[in-house]
Amino acid sequence: MHHVVLERWSRGRSIIHRRDPRAKLATLLVFLVVLATAHHNLVWLSLALLAFLSAAVIAAGLPLAGVLARAGIVLPFSAVFAAVSWLAGDPGRAVALLLKSYLSALAVLVAVSTTPLPALIRGLEMTGAPRFLLMVAQFLYRYLFVISEEAQHMTKAAASRGATARSLAGSRSRFRAAAGALAVLFARSYGRAEDIHRAMLARGFEGSFRTLGALDFRGSDACFAALASLLLILTRVAIERAG
Amino acid sequence: MPPLVEVRNLRFRYDDGTPALNGVDFRLEAGESVALLGANGSGKTTFVLHLNGLLTGQGSVEVCGLPVDKPNLAAIRNKVGLVFQDSESQLFMPTVLEDVAFGLLNRGMNAHEASERAKAALDTVGMAAAAARAPYHLSAGEKKRVAIAGVLTMEPEILVLDEPTTFLDPPGQRALAELLCHLPQAKILVTHDIPFAHAMCTRAVFFENGIIAAAGPVEEIVTRFGWEFALERRKLSR
Amino acid sequence: MHIPDGFLATPVWATLDAAALPATGLIVRRAQREFEEARIPLLGVMGAFVFAAQMINFPVGIGTSGHLVGGALLAFTLGPAAASVVMAAILTIQALVFQDGGILALGPNVVNMAIAGVMAGYLPFYLWGGGRWRKLSIFAGGTLSVLVSAILALAELLISGVKMPGAVLGVSLALFVVSGLLEGGITLAVIQALESIQPGFIRKPAAGRSFALGAVSVGAVLLAAVGVLFASAAPDGIERLGRETGIAAHARTLLATPLSGYQVTFLHSTFLHSSWAGKAGAGLAGLALIYIACLAIGRAVARHRSV
Repeated sequence: MHHVVLERWSRGRSIIHRRDPRAKLATLLVFLVVLATAHHNLVWLSLALLAFLSAAVIAAGLPLAGVLARAGIVLPFSAVFAAVSWLAGDPGRAVALLLKSYLSALAVLVAVSTTPLPALIRGLEMTGAPRFLLMVAQFLYRYLFVISEEAQHMTKAAASRGATARSLAGSRSRFRAAAGALAVLFARSYGRAEDIHRAMLARGFEGSFRTLGALDFRGSDACFAALASLLLILTRVAIERAG
Repeated sequence: MPPLVEVRNLRFRYDDGTPALNGVDFRLEAGESVALLGANGSGKTTFVLHLNGLLTGQGSVEVCGLPVDKPNLAAIRNKVGLVFQDSESQLFMPTVLEDVAFGLLNRGMNAHEASERAKAALDTVGMAAAAARAPYHLSAGEKKRVAIAGVLTMEPEILVLDEPTTFLDPPGQRALAELLCHLPQAKILVTHDIPFAHAMCTRAVFFENGIIAAAGPVEEIVTRFGWEFALERRKLSR
Repeated sequence: MHIPDGFLATPVWATLDAAALPATGLIVRRAQREFEEARIPLLGVMGAFVFAAQMINFPVGIGTSGHLVGGALLAFTLGPAAASVVMAAILTIQALVFQDGGILALGPNVVNMAIAGVMAGYLPFYLWGGGRWRKLSIFAGGTLSVLVSAILALAELLISGVKMPGAVLGVSLALFVVSGLLEGGITLAVIQALESIQPGFIRKPAAGRSFALGAVSVGAVLLAAVGVLFASAAPDGIERLGRETGIAAHARTLLATPLSGYQVTFLHSTFLHSSWAGKAGAGLAGLALIYIACLAIGRAVARHRSV
């Protein structure tokens, strides 16, 4: 499963893994802006950016084919819009949509595959994103798969009780059954949140979450971010000029 | 020496009025391991939630000589280490290490020392290698051990475990029993697992309808209330 | 609809990112007033619930099924501010972990789904949820939340120059309406099922709000959203219409006409030489109008009640 693979990849110890999350986020942002604002010689720029990302993947010790394939998750959506653009007489935009959306997704994937999510969230917090929101996201991710599994069990149980009726009346009752299942899942999730709260209190929670520690932004991180960003910007300028 | 836990005439009703505890008297001395037996809904879990003030009823509950009151809660929650039945809800932090360090950080310990102590606790339970992992991916037995580590960092005097062997396979149960045997704290085990109770506990109490109906050696309580379940084909009625 | 990176024009994502930052900060502060830090796990778990709930299929006839999006449901159970925060958290995780929705596009997606969608979804419930129109208000809320989010996303794509011939536009809008109605139906069914388990889960807005005022407000929100859509689809045509009919000063159409005047000014100004500033302004103003409309309506209703 996607997230399982991502978590495994993110636990590496390569030179890229060991960089501060903020350096990687900054570089990611530069990459995305360089790509998003590009209009001329897009194909050449895309090749250069693909090379950049592929180098990062290899340096991180990740499987290149696997990473490139996973970024393709965005393609079906883009392909629809690209097709419409092409048929509406704007082939340039069709190509742009496909290239930009794929490379952007690839860049995000590389950043997330080389940074464990808790560290990424910590990095975001230290750059000023609202802590409340980030902590909600952290707990969301923690229990995402727990609750998804519960939901899967419920749908399997319902299916095994003959939820394949084809009539309209069957649809109505299955609709209500699905709503009932969701309500039960809601109540269970709420109950789980109360369990979590009790567990927090039992170990002395006094009103605020304290975390294990700040990240360490070193010279090597600054160098990494600066060099990578410079490389990206120069590439873009060079390709634009060459056109 | 005062008992570690002294409960006198504890009564508790749920929000909807249903009585859960109808006058429970209980004592725990240092070094003891007591099994809490009884049917589902007989009040065992409700009872243990009073020991660290998560629930408050009428009557008196004293832990290490301190009444379980608002001003004493912080101290009492250090002394009573509660391991919940569902480890998934107990390990709520993103990584194992952060979760085990949770209690220490709440106490105001600095991050570095909390991290070191957490690693030591993980070592005690044999889960040091899992420090950076997400709790979701651990097996039930591993989660239980991490939960115990998280509780051990608080340096409790009493360990309370609510149905610890649920979700554990026999090897997991054996590993847990081994681990618990090596921990010096007094223990209260809410359990249905008779062999486990037998192996771990010096005595048992039997909850029935919100009171403790009987107390004594595990064997005696089990036979008295017909709590054994011997799989003999002939004896099972058709 | 989660917009990926590479679809939106720079002025569109830049202004929406810039708008989303303070808006999110405001909403987070609002949510924190009601939900202290101890309740963060609850919000996180509810977010996980919505995520997981999107997997459950609701059959709607032979062979087709839909699923819950969840913004309105969250608003009816956690209140709009917390619902926005949870939706924003969902969108962030979706963008980072699942590459569903872009990073530069996170601002637009948050504005569409976490802010505008949640507010539009809560509005009918806020107005009528306390009275005998409760069921309808829940249904309408579900419908509006999906409809408004989708229309805004479409508008942003159009402003950015993504081609959508008339037929495709029509089909898309029809699909949005269907998805909206589906969301309304699913949300209502789930709320009703929840009530039989634990009525306390669902919020109780004040009763006795004027039906007519409410209808006007909801209509205004819809008009604003549709207005943004038309503005983005044919800005030049609307500009011409505005000039020819000379009603630039009147707010007959909620946003298109006055803004057409602004666009002309921008074009001639040496200060802002490109029309992209004007287009961005149009888009942003449209969104601001929706936000202000909701806010003003809320205040007006409150004042109306106290009179």
